[in-house]
Amino acid sequence: MIPSTFDYVRPKSVDEAIAALTAGGEDSKVITGGQSMLPLLRLRMAAPSVLVDCARIDEMKGIKDNGDSVTIGAATTHLDVMSSDIVKSHVKLLADATATVADPQVRHRGTFGGALAHGDPAGDLPAVALALDATMEIAGPKGRRQVAAKDFFVDYFTTAVGPDEILVSITIPKLGKGWGTCYEKFNRTANGWAIVGVAAAVKVEGGKIAEARIGLTNCAAVPVRASSVESALTGVAVSATEIEAASQSAADGTRATTDLGADKEYREHLMRVLTARAVSCAAGA
Amino acid sequence: MTELADHVAAIGRPIKRKEDARLLTGKTQWTDNIQLPGALHMAILRSPMGHAKITKLDVSGALKYPGVEAAYSATELGDLNGSVPCVWPVTDDMVAPDFPALAKGEVRHMGDCVALVLAHTAAQAADALEGIVVEYATLPAVIDMEAAIADGSPLVHSDKGTNKCYTYHLQPQGDSAYAEAKAKADVVVKRRFINQRLIPAFMEPRAVVAAPMGTSGELTIWSATQVPHVLRVLLTLVTGVPENKLRVVAPDVGGGFGGKLQCYREEILCVALANKLGRPIKWTETRSEDMVATHHGRDQIQDIEIAATKDGKLLGLKVDLIANMGAYLQIITPGIPLLGMFMYPGIYKMDAYDFTCIGVFTNTTPTDAYRGAGRPESTYAIERIMDELANEIGMEPMELRKKNWIKHEEFPYTTVAGLTYDSGNYEAATEKALALFKYDELRKEQEKRRASGDKVQLGIGISTFTEMCGLAPSRTLGALKYVAGGWEHCTIRVLPTGKVELVTGTSPHGQGHETAWSQIASDTLGIPVDDIEVIHGDTRTSPYGMDTYGSRSLAVGGQAILRAGEKVVEKARLIAAHQLECSPADLEFDHGTFRVKGDPSKEKAIQAVAFEAFTAHDLPDGLEPTLQAESTVDPQDFSYPHGTHLCAMEVDTETGKSVMRSYVCVDDIGIQINPLIVEGQVHGGLAQGIAQALYEGAVYDSDGQLLTASFADYLVPGAPDLPSFTTDHTVTPSTTNPLGTKGVGEAGAIASTPAVINAIVDALRPFGVNDMPMPAHPMTVWRTLNAARQGGK
Ligand SMILES: Cc1cc2nc3c(=O)[nH]c(=O)nc-3n(C[C@H](O)[C@H](O)[C@H](O)COP(=O)(O)OP(=O)(O)OC[C@H]3O[C@@H](n4cnc5c(N)ncnc54)[C@H](O)[C@@H]3O)c2cc1C
Repeated sequence: MIPSTFDYVRPKSVDEAIAALTAGGEDSKVITGGQSMLPLLRLRMAAPSVLVDCARIDEMKGIKDNGDSVTIGAATTHLDVMSSDIVKSHVKLLADATATVADPQVRHRGTFGGALAHGDPAGDLPAVALALDATMEIAGPKGRRQVAAKDFFVDYFTTAVGPDEILVSITIPKLGKGWGTCYEKFNRTANGWAIVGVAAAVKVEGGKIAEARIGLTNCAAVPVRASSVESALTGVAVSATEIEAASQSAADGTRATTDLGADKEYREHLMRVLTARAVSCAAGA
Repeated sequence: MTELADHVAAIGRPIKRKEDARLLTGKTQWTDNIQLPGALHMAILRSPMGHAKITKLDVSGALKYPGVEAAYSATELGDLNGSVPCVWPVTDDMVAPDFPALAKGEVRHMGDCVALVLAHTAAQAADALEGIVVEYATLPAVIDMEAAIADGSPLVHSDKGTNKCYTYHLQPQGDSAYAEAKAKADVVVKRRFINQRLIPAFMEPRAVVAAPMGTSGELTIWSATQVPHVLRVLLTLVTGVPENKLRVVAPDVGGGFGGKLQCYREEILCVALANKLGRPIKWTETRSEDMVATHHGRDQIQDIEIAATKDGKLLGLKVDLIANMGAYLQIITPGIPLLGMFMYPGIYKMDAYDFTCIGVFTNTTPTDAYRGAGRPESTYAIERIMDELANEIGMEPMELRKKNWIKHEEFPYTTVAGLTYDSGNYEAATEKALALFKYDELRKEQEKRRASGDKVQLGIGISTFTEMCGLAPSRTLGALKYVAGGWEHCTIRVLPTGKVELVTGTSPHGQGHETAWSQIASDTLGIPVDDIEVIHGDTRTSPYGMDTYGSRSLAVGGQAILRAGEKVVEKARLIAAHQLECSPADLEFDHGTFRVKGDPSKEKAIQAVAFEAFTAHDLPDGLEPTLQAESTVDPQDFSYPHGTHLCAMEVDTETGKSVMRSYVCVDDIGIQINPLIVEGQVHGGLAQGIAQALYEGAVYDSDGQLLTASFADYLVPGAPDLPSFTTDHTVTPSTTNPLGTKGVGEAGAIASTPAVINAIVDALRPFGVNDMPMPAHPMTVWRTLNAARQGGK
């Protein structure tokens, strides 16, 4: 469809972008890769008066190795994230999950920051950010602030980023020795959204699971941690049967919805099956 | 000019398609690329409701928007509001409601046209829709077909007093034959299959430009259509623009699958408005409009009963269909189930056949032809029930098929449905397919997985299909009450410089006609493929034709090409003989050159003859100048391609997800003109048939909201979702046309759906699963499996 009329600005810096957002008032919106924004515009589900394009702000692009963590500019495309050597060697879970996002066309334009700021419960990357305890840097008229992933996702399509704010970068701590990761995505077609996704990071010591972090995609209004599975797994032997048993509580604390992809019962079933699979795969069981 | 000596037989060569460079790069004229000065763009306000009375409708607000020239509802449009035609009244008492282009007071499906705006740009027109004031009072909607024919159902058309469109019976052996067959049977298997509703989802959205062309009084309409010729006749009848003033052009068209075999509301509106306002009117649909306003396909409830002896000999088949018409009838809506009617017995011999179909109106988008049109539905039913029967009597499903199919030496064979299949070799195709598939090895692996209780079970699905295509002998169509014929036309002109213009009445929309038609003419005329230009899709340059659908273009149109080519050669022979001073019978014609028998130094190339025919200085007495001929051929019969399709599915019993492991098909489409094009058609068809089995399905809620109204919810698979297909063929020429060809446009889509579902059911058979609703959504598979495990059926 044809979007309503809008103005368009392309700032060169974060400060300029915030100024443009403030000047545009209520109806101004950030656009970066446009892969979620354009469908909304074309379906006329959004009709902003000004679009502030952040795709070409240098500070918001690129990937940096900080030693014990990795910082990724919010405007870095999915393709750049998944093909970065730094990401592949230190944040493999993110590289793997990003490779499941949509198709090459979308991955060439869509951005990591856009995928987080959009707050789509079916997006794959929020659960990864949550499982890996990422920190988001947000800039606004009052300066910059750091928000932990667990506080970032507020509700359906709502995040900690205010209307006059911009997500600038995401910092993800490295996992270190003994950790393995896996993203299990369940969808019907290769380029489809996740019906359920499970992001698992598991630390194995002496044949036992020392620590597990599990993020669930599309199991509630926001990505959630499967905390009861995480605790049930601690100290468990790396065996498929034990992991399966510990994964039975995967649906605890989730709020699965019913849609064409799955009803609540089936979604909860998938959470259990996929959690077991993701954990087994991450732990090398 | 290409050296004549290079010319070798073109038929049978996998030549790359001539048209691909321009189609793939988009360097061509799609309808939406056509920009005419002074054009007005049309935007349509569509019903968001399944069924409602329009209690208020005021379009005047739209006129205040920038760039808007006019806005219409049915009231303002008055007599220009033509009705969409249906050309197939299948019974004398068929209920045929009026289908106005713009709804009159009541909307009957989501997407029904309510009002329209004309503006200088498409964006302005879209904006101005917001200025139209419309209020609806909800009426009860009926979506479910069985509910629609139950007493007391809300009516889609209250003035008709019923939701039943028609009831059609076919009992070739008389009305008690099936009962008698059944009485003799040891086993009767009955199943209800749901052939779900599909959306054609062609790549290029529909688009129309209608323009008065200056002083000639001609009105030209460019439309992304499969059927420019059919469309011209219908638009004339609907709008009153005289046929000889109306030119219909189908520029390059990006797919159709039956979805562009239509005379649509928007086409009628564009012509009527262009004619009234005297300026070009343009409309291009959005994908969102396409999902609700382009006709849908399939949507049948199939109650199938098969009767057999305990050792697997088929005795009779009973088919009771309920077919969803949608809210209105479009071009051949009611006839689609009847195109399948003859094919329920498939390739099998039996004694009795009994068919009934009830057509039903519901508050949904109208249905009509979609790749296969009736035959995918029948093939699904027979190939599914054969597997169920095999299971019931404990017979290997392929053995059951072998026991009952028509043997090679029995052709021609008249089936229980009354069709005469001209040729076939099911044995050969099956043998080849089984070997390619490694059938026995896979069965062993299946045994192993069953024994070990593997979480991922393996299933093997068979579909030994045939179909009728090549629509159609005109008299047969007449007997079925279809209001047009099924002939096809070709004109061939050899120009003075030896180049050829081949005018065809078929209208390609991606199939590769330009290449294949050139190959046929090349062999007939002895002129290189590259020297032949195929002209199509424009009623000015190709005035006669019945267009492209139903795998008819080659099977029917090919005959006209051959015949026109032969006539050209006959005429050229007269000229060559005259100039070489011999009798026509003394000339041999080989690779484009006439040679005097016994004196091969005396020769004349057909291109040289064409020049002589142009100068006309030295022609035989009484012979007309120019080298050209035309032919219009009415086919003698349908053609019956067949094939054996085998599918291996891995089904994850924990999640219900089914993944295709391998797919082998051996198709017999008779003589292949271009094997590369054949393979392309098979691949695309397979993808669509597999999509019905696994992914696609239009879903409405009970109010008539289409829930699968975008590609986010209506899942069309892509290349990553499909395995690499193994395709092969056998060649059993058709005996009903001189080229020996059969159609291939729909084969893949017809054959593959039951192969996939049979494979999934086969994988889960040990758990007691005996059916699988389509699409086999993982959740559906999981639920079905759970129910079977708990002892339910
Ligand atoms: C066909 C298709 C399939 C897809 N499939 C998947 C999938 O399987 N999995 C998946 O995870 N995603 C999928 N996506 C979404 C994709 O990942 C998008 O790229 C992503 O959601 C948004 O990133 P973007 O840069 O394109 O954001 P945009 O579309 O530009 O913006 C999206 C939203 O985020 C806001 N925003 C963007 N950047 C910032 C920023 N830096 N600061 C503040 N706000 C910002 C915008 O204002 C807007 O509200 C799919 C998209 C398409 C079109």
